[in-house]
Amino acid sequence: MNDTPLLKVSAVSKFYGQRIGCKEVSFDLWPGEVLAIVGESGSGKTTLLNCISTRLMPTAGSVEYTMRDGTVRDLYHMSEAERRFLMRTDWGFVHQNPADGLRMTVSAGANVGERLMAVGDRHYGNIRATASDWLSRVEIGVDRIDDAPRAFSGGMRQRLQIARNLVTGPRLVFMDEPTGGLDVSVQARLLDLVRGLVNDLGLSAIIVTHDLAVARLLSHRMMVMKDGYVIEQGLTDRVLDDPREPYTQLLVSSILQV
Amino acid sequence: MSPEVPSDSGLAAYNFAYLDEQTKRMIRRAILKAIAIPGYQVPFASREMPMPYGWGTGGVQVTASIIGPDDILKVIDQGADDTTNAVSIRAFFQKVANVAVTTHTGDATIIQTRHRIPEQTLSEGQVLVYQVPIPEPLRFLEPRETETRKMHALEEYGLMHVKLYEDIAYNGRISKTYAYPVKVAGRYVMDPSPTPKFDNPKMHMSEALQLFGAGREKRIYAIPPHTEVVSLDFEDHPFEIQRFDKPCAMCGAENVYLDEVILDDKGGRMFVCSDTDHCEDRREQGHVGELLAIQEAAE
Repeated sequence: MNDTPLLKVSAVSKFYGQRIGCKEVSFDLWPGEVLAIVGESGSGKTTLLNCISTRLMPTAGSVEYTMRDGTVRDLYHMSEAERRFLMRTDWGFVHQNPADGLRMTVSAGANVGERLMAVGDRHYGNIRATASDWLSRVEIGVDRIDDAPRAFSGGMRQRLQIARNLVTGPRLVFMDEPTGGLDVSVQARLLDLVRGLVNDLGLSAIIVTHDLAVARLLSHRMMVMKDGYVIEQGLTDRVLDDPREPYTQLLVSSILQV
Repeated sequence: MSPEVPSDSGLAAYNFAYLDEQTKRMIRRAILKAIAIPGYQVPFASREMPMPYGWGTGGVQVTASIIGPDDILKVIDQGADDTTNAVSIRAFFQKVANVAVTTHTGDATIIQTRHRIPEQTLSEGQVLVYQVPIPEPLRFLEPRETETRKMHALEEYGLMHVKLYEDIAYNGRISKTYAYPVKVAGRYVMDPSPTPKFDNPKMHMSEALQLFGAGREKRIYAIPPHTEVVSLDFEDHPFEIQRFDKPCAMCGAENVYLDEVILDDKGGRMFVCSDTDHCEDRREQGHVGELLAIQEAAE
């Protein structure tokens, strides 16, 4: 199984008219691997993530995914029904703003249960049991199961969003700035939680972040983007400890030391 | 003008049944498409009608498109033949189509309804026309029309169960009592218009053709005769219809849908058949309910 990458990205480019979103990005993601994409605002991180996760149609290039049955499919040659099914079963997408990824008007339990119901689970008792199990795994009190996410703090919302995505046992999770807007102690707990879950479940993940500490803690490998191009990639520790490109050196040296 | 319509009907001001023939053709095409794809909402170019939206403009347009001079029309509102909406729509068709009208369910060929399905089982050849305010069952869960259309197209109906899940989580049971979502012919999830869920089982395998018209929202959908209609539920919380403690106070009928009527300001109330025709029929046959018996004894 390990002789094919889970995700194979080949020369993906996205242009917004004359402007470059991202240009000729290629990489492989292997099962169980966590890849961080770092760079400053406007460097094309989120554009790239959206292109890979079928949320945005790339201008050129292809993205191939190894399905559960071992077949390799080009995402942009799949029907929309198949793509959407993949997105809500085998994939997860954690948004920077939890309100984008959650249904704010329905209870936490229903938020977690939605994917189960979408794939045909029709037993209320089982759905609820699974939902409360997942809430406790992301450290949300089970007594909050009937509260709407509106009543939750930012950190809780983000954890709820993670539970909602992981409930169907996905193999690949996309995260767009998962710790953005959270204070440092909440960030630390969230990172700890995500690291634990990724290890326990053997997930592959692609994490977009501007925070090098997040990349250091979670990822095995990282890519540095600037102006739509990938300028450097390698093992996380290598890139952070021994940056080669001048821009990466600048990025690493501009981390605030307390 | 279709040949069966008499040209000397004395209704010079209106075409037969108010709508012009081109409009009727357009609506009939939408109806045929709706029948071909049970439960699918067919868009149509809804016209202005001489009544406000919310008064059944969708149902009236459907009825106007299918009615012929030989049809017998019955109009009900909340089960009753004698409420404002029913009376005015009936009068409208008497005026613009000069058709026979009735209050007897069994005699009618077309029944236009708001909020109820008659208690008497409908038979082959009858058409039930529903007035629909909001045709989209997913609307209050997903506000985007582009998204709900896509969800219908791809049969993504998990969200409908999220609503039912919420009901059970907060109330211990599915508390939705009207406009209870159904799945038609194993494919499309459909809003049966705001009929009480009591009436949902009557739609299943009905011999009559059921047409739904939403004027403001510009949608027509249909359930052809002998079509499977299943109310959505959970395995451990199956679909149930409303039950009433007492029979109808006027005719003593059981297993019918009852309306609560307040009698005085001292807490007096009675439960009577919502279907007035059904209640009258039973009383003519000599059935006497609790309250009617007291009244007759007093006289």
